Formats: sequence, structure tokens, C-alpha cells
Amino acid sequence: MKTSPSITLTQNDWSLHRKGPIDQARHNEKVKEAIRGNLDQIVGEEAIITSDGKKVVKVPIRSLDLPRFRFDRGRKDHVGQGEGDSKVGDVLGHEASSQEAGRGKQAGELPGVDYYEADVTIDELAALVFEDLGLPFLQPKGRALVPADDVRFNEVRRQGIMSNLDKRRTIRENLARNARAGVRGFGALTTDDLRFKTWEPHVKEECNAVVIAMRDVSGSMGEFEKYITRSFYYWMVRFLRTRYSQVEIVFITHHTEAREVDEDGFFNLGESGGTKVSSAYLLALEILADRYPAAEWNSYPFHFSDGDNWGEVDNARCLDLVNSLLERCNVFGYGEIQEGGRRSLSTLMSTFSTIDDPHFIGVTIADKEDVYPALKQFFSTREELPAGAVR
Amino acid sequence: MTPDEVRDLESSMAEIWALAQKVGLDPYPTHFELVPASIMYEFGAYGIPGRFSHWTHGRAYQQIKTMYDYGLSKIYELVINTNPAYAFLLENNTVLQNKLVAAHVLAHVDFFKNNAYFQHTNRGMLEATSVNAERLRQYEFEHGRDEVERVLDAVLSIQEHVDANPTLRARPASDDVRPRAREPREGPFDDLVYIGSNRRPEVPAPERKFPPEPEKDLLLFIAEHAPDLEPWERDIVHIVRSEQIYFLPQMQTKVMNEGWASFWHARIMREMDLPQDDYVEFARLHSGVLAASRRSINPYYVGMKIFEDIERRWDQPTDEDRARLGRLGGEGRAKIFEVRELDNDQSFLRNYLTKDLVEELDLYLYRLEDETWVIVEKDWEVVRDTILTSLTNFGQPYIVVEDGDHHRNRGLRLKHCFEGQELDLGYADKTLRHVQRLWGRSVHLETVIDGRPMTLVVDDERSLTVMTPR
Repeated sequence: MKTSPSITLTQNDWSLHRKGPIDQARHNEKVKEAIRGNLDQIVGEEAIITSDGKKVVKVPIRSLDLPRFRFDRGRKDHVGQGEGDSKVGDVLGHEASSQEAGRGKQAGELPGVDYYEADVTIDELAALVFEDLGLPFLQPKGRALVPADDVRFNEVRRQGIMSNLDKRRTIRENLARNARAGVRGFGALTTDDLRFKTWEPHVKEECNAVVIAMRDVSGSMGEFEKYITRSFYYWMVRFLRTRYSQVEIVFITHHTEAREVDEDGFFNLGESGGTKVSSAYLLALEILADRYPAAEWNSYPFHFSDGDNWGEVDNARCLDLVNSLLERCNVFGYGEIQEGGRRSLSTLMSTFSTIDDPHFIGVTIADKEDVYPALKQFFSTREELPAGAVR
Repeated sequence: MTPDEVRDLESSMAEIWALAQKVGLDPYPTHFELVPASIMYEFGAYGIPGRFSHWTHGRAYQQIKTMYDYGLSKIYELVINTNPAYAFLLENNTVLQNKLVAAHVLAHVDFFKNNAYFQHTNRGMLEATSVNAERLRQYEFEHGRDEVERVLDAVLSIQEHVDANPTLRARPASDDVRPRAREPREGPFDDLVYIGSNRRPEVPAPERKFPPEPEKDLLLFIAEHAPDLEPWERDIVHIVRSEQIYFLPQMQTKVMNEGWASFWHARIMREMDLPQDDYVEFARLHSGVLAASRRSINPYYVGMKIFEDIERRWDQPTDEDRARLGRLGGEGRAKIFEVRELDNDQSFLRNYLTKDLVEELDLYLYRLEDETWVIVEKDWEVVRDTILTSLTNFGQPYIVVEDGDHHRNRGLRLKHCFEGQELDLGYADKTLRHVQRLWGRSVHLETVIDGRPMTLVVDDERSLTVMTPR
């Protein structure tokens, strides 16, 4: 295809060239590693919890940039070009404040903040968050043999349907048979050569489990406390739904009175009033007794509160109720939210501190970054300790 | 492009080549390859086809591809500075677009061949990078992907720190001038060695300074003198350095190179026998390439305007120029060819970005003030000098090796040659850890923080100390 010795033009088939996508995959792998290393911060990100229906979230990753010696960007002059009528003082554009609110945005083509943001789907992120989580002390209960809907291709047979033809093995059989006949190469395919992949339905035993999510909606719960509760339960619900197809979730909110609500109500309710935590525990006990007999159900009550309960009397009642919950539940989880650390001593947590039972898990949350550790504490798979074992 | 269109483009290329020769361009033989968009973006991300694998290339690829997929930007051509030159065209461009790009490319190749700053580049770089990539792949087999990546990350973080003027070295860098043992060892047979002479030969006093002059080429210094690097690790440093040196002249002549190519693609296309419709399409494309941006300077436009201005001023000098500078007039063509041969962006802009041009191009400085980007300066000299400053050392901090045997303990002492702009400390810290990983011993960086001289010290990968110098 020569036009002249000095200038030539060709067109080749590049369809097998894969270098860019391969390095891109390595980069994505590194993004995942970076996310895994920063889960504490990412799990608490507001953008994720509020991304209803939006599938892709932007995750700021500061560690994944190749550092180099460079100048402090600060106040630096840049050169631009106008249309002939620019004047000193002309405004070119605006930059969102570099505070929290504006962090998610890169300001167009203007030079600005430059840390790296990765696009991650919520599902990918969830898979990373849930990697090591599981329901603790889970026991096989009930006899629900639930055939999961996936199948495993784990056998090769001589008969089968053509769509499941195993081409590689078929060719190998043919080559081997030809070789035995003293012929080189592939050809003269017969029915004997054909190999098919076959599958088995994959059955696994599931354990029945119910999770009771309790949430304090009293007046003392401030913006931060509400946010943390929402954030925690958002991940918890998502986790349970992803990992366990058979888990039921009961939602309870309480101030001085407890109510069972649906999921929407649970996440969006804003009430106020005093606090009587015992009401929620009572309701939980009732629901468990009515609907989820201990013989057939693993049960996991979780409660989030700011720990500000109505007097010592109710605290003592709560302690009794928690003990009776512990008698029949796999775990009782209590999360106390204290913005910026511990405020008062007369909280529920100090009441519960007398409980000496591995099935009671108490967590104090002081800021956003504690949400992921809390998840890990509540949902780390633990086995039942043999009787008499020392913790 | 259909086969017919490819044939059309092919025959036009012969014409373009002839026209380029006629106007005085002198390119290397050039080979064009039509590629799909995905390949073009890959080459754009790697700089050279077949370059070594690294996740930063993967990231660049992803970013460029995303921009293209959303229709935000498009690469028209990619040309590799080799002999013969290789250029890549998009196969889904129109014939006319590719004709224009071919003319543009030939001017680039002429620039590569004739500009002084390219005289020492390796014109077989396409093969060299492939060999480099192959060697790195081999190292991955031998030492594991993560190990190689760890070294590459560290080297790439300081890849800019090579000497842009490698030919100006006073001495070959490979001279090992490390301080040696001060006295030769004494032994029982010394008398036999020095038999027949009255006294022992003088031992030259050891050179105390190492390196004798501050060394700009950090990569070379590390490759040759880092105490603990394995040979394959040194090789990786050399590989990155050689590729960086290949790219340097292109970074040094961005405005000139694009300006030169735009200047000539316009003239060559006008010479061609284009149908009416094509001519309109060409004018549209041409103005698209030259579009001004309010927030950066478009090197295609600014470069081309300067070349046009030079040609005009040397063709029709003012009476003053004739009298004072002895310009005869009619020398425009000769002058721009001389400029393309001798200058780089810095000298080009310093010498030829005149007051009239800054005003005609309406260049200005802007900055962020209270969350608003405003124009703050229009004075032509300030604007020009700001552009020049931003080009000094490619806009990177100038860092040299002061001492490769700090505290007589093989520590590495670097110095940031402070010229008014302070370092981004977060980045400096992380980068120093990478340097420490390569050097293996403590690494010191002298710089200025908040107006006071300071030294950053990284002893191992985990700790950073900030000290005031003694």
C-alpha cells in the first residue's frame, strides 16, 4: 500500500490489542484496595446514604495518587485568553467553598482541588464493606431447606444439549482419537468426541433469623445522632438483604412509647418527646414471643440511642429486659451515640456495663468514622464458646 | 473509512507530502496508521505505543476514554518522534479531517527533525520502549508484580527530576567520585611493591564532596549511587529516566511545536485543490483547533499567531526596524525557519511574545479570590513573565542532590533551590518516602517553609521529621 517511499498509510486489525484495559483493570484493583483501607471514612460518607436510586457514588481517595515534588497551589496566578475586551476585575467563574459541602465536586475546567475521586457502584462498595461480616452465633434452626436459585457446572458428560457443548474438551478428544488413528490435527468429528458440561442445582441450608432494629426518635436525638443511626441501619439492612435471603427485619421506633413501623417510616420518621427505652424492649419481647418462637428463629435485637433515658428507674427496668432478651436472643446489640465522646455518666451504657455476657455487644460511637467499626463489632461471625470457656 | 476513502486519503497524502516539500518543510519519512478510537486513546495515555504497564497509565487511559465516550474531547492525531516517524489517525474521522491532520503531522515531524532541542533524542524510541516494557515484564516474572510496582511507583514519583540539558554536563555522571578509604592498606609486602623507588607514590587526597557539584539528575544519581538497590531495580530507574529524557524536548516546545504545525496545516490545506464543501469544513475544523480558552492558553493558537507575527515583521519591517536593526524586508520565511530551528518555548515566548501580541490575543492573569475567579492583571510584561516562570523547569520545583554521603553515613541530602514558591508539604512528605525507599538510607530535603529554611528528614518509611538547619 505504498504511495511514495516517504509517506505511507496502512490500516491493520487492532481488535486483539488489550494493553490499556489491562492496566485499567489494575488501577481499578488499586482503587478497591484504597477503598478497603479507607472504609472507616467512606462508610460514614453522607453522599452514600443519601444516594437513593443513584447507582454510582464518588468516593474520594487521597492515598491513590502518585505523589511528586510540586508547588503549593494556594494563591497562584493562571494565564487565560479573552475575546479582546477583557478587563481587570472581570469574573470568570465561581468555585464552591472548599468546605465539606463542596468536596464532592471538581470545579469544571478551573484549576482547583485535586485529589482523586473514584466512581464506584454501591454494590461494589457494599461487597467490600460486607467482606468479613456475618451474623454472630448463628445456629441452624428450623428445617427450611431453601433451594437457592443458582446452579454449579461441575461435571462433564458425553450426553447433553448442544448449547452446553464443552468445545475445548471436545477438540481434545478429537485430537486424541485422531492421534490414536495415526492422523495429525483436528477433523472428522464424531458423536463420540462430544463432551458436555452439566450442572447440579446448588442447595444450601439456611438458618431462620430475625433482626429487630430499634431506634430512638426522642427529642434529645440531635442531627448527628439521627444521622449515625440512619447510617448504621442503612448499611445493616443492605448487608442483611445482600447476604441472607431469609432474614426478616422488624423495625421499631420509640420515644416514651414504642411502635412497630415499616421500613420507610423507620428511616424517615422525625418525632420528638421524652425517652422511655424500656417500652421498645418490651415491644421487642412481645413481637418475638408472638411471631418468632426461639426454637425456630435466631434473633438479633439492635438498639441505637443517645443513652439519655428517663430516670434510673427505667434504666433498671431496661437492664432486666435486656437480660431476658439475652436469654433467648443470639446477640443483643446496643449502640450509644455520644457526639465527640462521652458526655454524662448516667447513661444506659453505664447501666449495661454490669452485663457480663459475650452475647451482649455494646458500642459507643463518637463520630462518623466509628460507624464501620461498629458494624464490624456487631456483625463479626463468632461461634458459640464451649461451656466453661474463659473469655 | 471505506476502502474508497482510504484510497482517496492515500493519494492526497502524496500531494500533501509534495506541498510540504515545496514550502520548505523537511520531515522524516512518515508512516501513517489508521486506528480505532480505543487504540488512539491508549496510545495517548501511554505517550508511546507499547510502553511499560503501570496503573497510572491505566488511569490515564480510563480518563481519556471517558472524555471521548462523553464527547468532551477528542484526540485527532498522535505522532511519534522517530525516524521514520509514526503517526496515528482515527479511522472513523472523515477523509478531510485526516488530510488536515496529515498536513499537521508533517509539520510536527519537520519540527522534530530540525529543532535544536531534539538533536539528541533517540529516534529509535518506539523499539526502545518496547524492549523496556519487555524487560519490566521479565522482572515481574522474576520478582513479582507487586515488587516491580513498588519500585516503579517510587521512581515515577520523581521522574521529572532529570537533567533537561544532558549534553551540557561538565563530566560524565558515571565517574565514581565517592570518597575512598583515606590511606592505602599497609601490608607486609609493601616493600616489594615499591621496590626500586625511594618512597611510596603520593596518594591523592580523597575528594570530600560527593557529588562534587550539586547534581540535578536525581534519577541518574540514584541509579548509580543508591547503596542498596539490586541491579534490576537500578535498571528500572534507568528505564524511566531514558523515557523521560525522550519526552523532555516535546515538553519544552509545546507552544512552538503546535503553533508550527497549525501554521503549516493551514497553508498546505489552502494550497490543495479542495472542493467547495470541503473548504468550508476545513475552515470550521481549523477554527475549532484554534479556539481560545478563557482559562488557559491554547498553544495551537498562541504559537501560530507568534509565527505569523514574526513572518510579518521580518517581511515588512517598520522604518525603525530597518534603520536600527538592519532588517531588509522579505526575510519572513527564512526567519521563521530559523526560529523553529533554534528556539524552545521559553526563548520563543520571551523573544517574540510582544506587547502588541499580548494585547491582540487579549491575554490576562486570573486567580481565585474569595471563591471567585477574577482577572487580576493585564500588563503585557507581567503576563509574559508569568508564563515564562510557569515554564521554568517545566513548572516543577528545582531539586538537586547536595550530598550523597550525608553525615558520612551514606545519607542523601537534597536541596530545593528556592525561588519564591514553597512546596506542597503533604506531597513532599509522601515523595520523600518514595525517595527513601529507593535510596535505602535517610533522606534529607532542604527547603523553605513559611519563609524560614527547614529540612525535612525521612529516616524510614514511617517517620518524617522537620528540623531547622543548624
